[in-house]
Amino acid sequence: MRDGAEGAAVAAAMDLLIRYGQALDAERLCDIRNVAGTMTQPSPVKARLVREGGWDKAFAVINLDSDEDLEIPAMRVPTCQLQHGFGADAVGVVPYPKQNIELQASAESFYGRHGVNILATCTPYQVGNLPIRGEHCAWMESSAVIYANSVLGARTNCEGVASTGAASLTGKIPCWGNHLDENRYGTHLVDVQVRVESFQDWGMLGYFAGGVAGEDRPVIVGDISRPDLTELKHFGAAAATSGGVELYHIPGITPEAPTLKAAFEGAAWAPAPVVYGPAERRGVYETLNEIGSSTDVDFVLLGCPHASVDQIRRTAGLLDGKRLSASTQLWLMAPRALKDVADRSGYTAVIERAGGRVLADSCPAMSRAAPAGTKVFATDSAKQAHYLPAILGIEAWFGTLEECIGAAVTGRWNGGLN
Amino acid sequence: MTSIILHGRTVVPGVIEGEALVSHEPISGWGGIDPARGVIIEPRHELAGVCFTGKVLVFPRAKGSSGWSGFFQTTRLSGTAPIGMVIGRISTKSALGAVVTRVPAVTDLDQDPCAVIATGDWVRIDNGRVLCWPGGRPSGMGGSRPPSPLAAEPPKGRKP
Repeated sequence: MRDGAEGAAVAAAMDLLIRYGQALDAERLCDIRNVAGTMTQPSPVKARLVREGGWDKAFAVINLDSDEDLEIPAMRVPTCQLQHGFGADAVGVVPYPKQNIELQASAESFYGRHGVNILATCTPYQVGNLPIRGEHCAWMESSAVIYANSVLGARTNCEGVASTGAASLTGKIPCWGNHLDENRYGTHLVDVQVRVESFQDWGMLGYFAGGVAGEDRPVIVGDISRPDLTELKHFGAAAATSGGVELYHIPGITPEAPTLKAAFEGAAWAPAPVVYGPAERRGVYETLNEIGSSTDVDFVLLGCPHASVDQIRRTAGLLDGKRLSASTQLWLMAPRALKDVADRSGYTAVIERAGGRVLADSCPAMSRAAPAGTKVFATDSAKQAHYLPAILGIEAWFGTLEECIGAAVTGRWNGGLN
Repeated sequence: MTSIILHGRTVVPGVIEGEALVSHEPISGWGGIDPARGVIIEPRHELAGVCFTGKVLVFPRAKGSSGWSGFFQTTRLSGTAPIGMVIGRISTKSALGAVVTRVPAVTDLDQDPCAVIATGDWVRIDNGRVLCWPGGRPSGMGGSRPPSPLAAEPPKGRKP
């Protein structure tokens, strides 16, 4: 492919993959046919490149790291677009530049013609891209990568914009890291000694596990409930945020660790357990809340990573018959396909009657957009509580869904750790 | 001339020299840097508010979002990139990030670069090697090739 026999764009893609493979010291590339990347997300640099040479140029420079004038062919393997900017339906709700909406619409048209599935979510596994166990993938989005590896047993590293772009045109990715059996066993043991069963507690445990394991692979045992999709979505996103965890095991729950022994099989040593007890739990809570000082909440953000239908339903249940404070807005982020389900099930209407909004495709962090004048926000997501203060320069409160709904209705933060 | 040599593995080939900016904490790309200004913006970070443009960025590892490489690629396209990277522990984020930033980069060094190199030291990345002059640019170098530390005496107070 690098010789140009399959076109200049494929050759550039292969050249990037080889440079990248050498940077990793990978021995070879492996075949994949599942790519989750990003091409359509607007940015100032992308807007300039599109003005200069259309989307072919933007893809060449950003997604292939090439300075050549390339004509981009159709994607060689199934490829989806992750979360990106807001669309036309957010106009009037989200203060988001009209030129970004137009740029993204033009991108969707171009990439749709080239075979990119516009899933437009950070949770492709919720809406049509559910890898099977052992499937080699090239995915971006740290919260999706950790879910695919740990909960689904698929195999992907935390890829980037250029490596997923190159993978989409070649069906190849460096066979390194999580693709190899020997790199999939646990490295750290976290012993949970305080009951973890709520959505909030799963997020805090994830944030702790990421701090313990860094980029390695924590194994979680102890006093935990049997988690569902939303809890592991929150746990993984938090572990990928505080550390760089891409793979974890929960013996008896996640597929590659039927037992504790299996989770560490192949390791030449047994790590000493790191305890997650009441003090550690409080420490995580205080870290996630240290950016909050004013209790006047003007923005509540839910759905990070993008909400499940069940999370939308629970939000609607808590807002049913209530009315948001005049000084507070509430946005719930969801995959567009699941917003359709919520619309059809009547959940969106309940949330909107209360004054909240269900939004698709993006999030305030991706789009650097919050309600005008936001100074203090509240969220049930450890990941957003970590990132949004840096990205938007605002204060953050982290709590339960119930506390967030309470803040939206009263305009005041009244959260605390039980 | 006091100098230190670290031996490692080439991530992106090339030779570059300049002033070191050392982070002892991992660096986030998305949400961690502002590529338009070349500044670290993570509020809890030891280098919050510090600009890395034109510096040799020395850091233990990348962390956080998969947007890491894309954000550092944007620093190149915006003219705010570091001129080299010394990476303690490689990952897909930092490997791809160094490739698309297109600056000489090195990892797997025989000493911890974040402990041996200090902010303000003068460093040269020479493919799989890092040469470091503590305290800044050696006098008499004046933009020309600095004297080779291979011929220098072993540094005092630090592991050779």
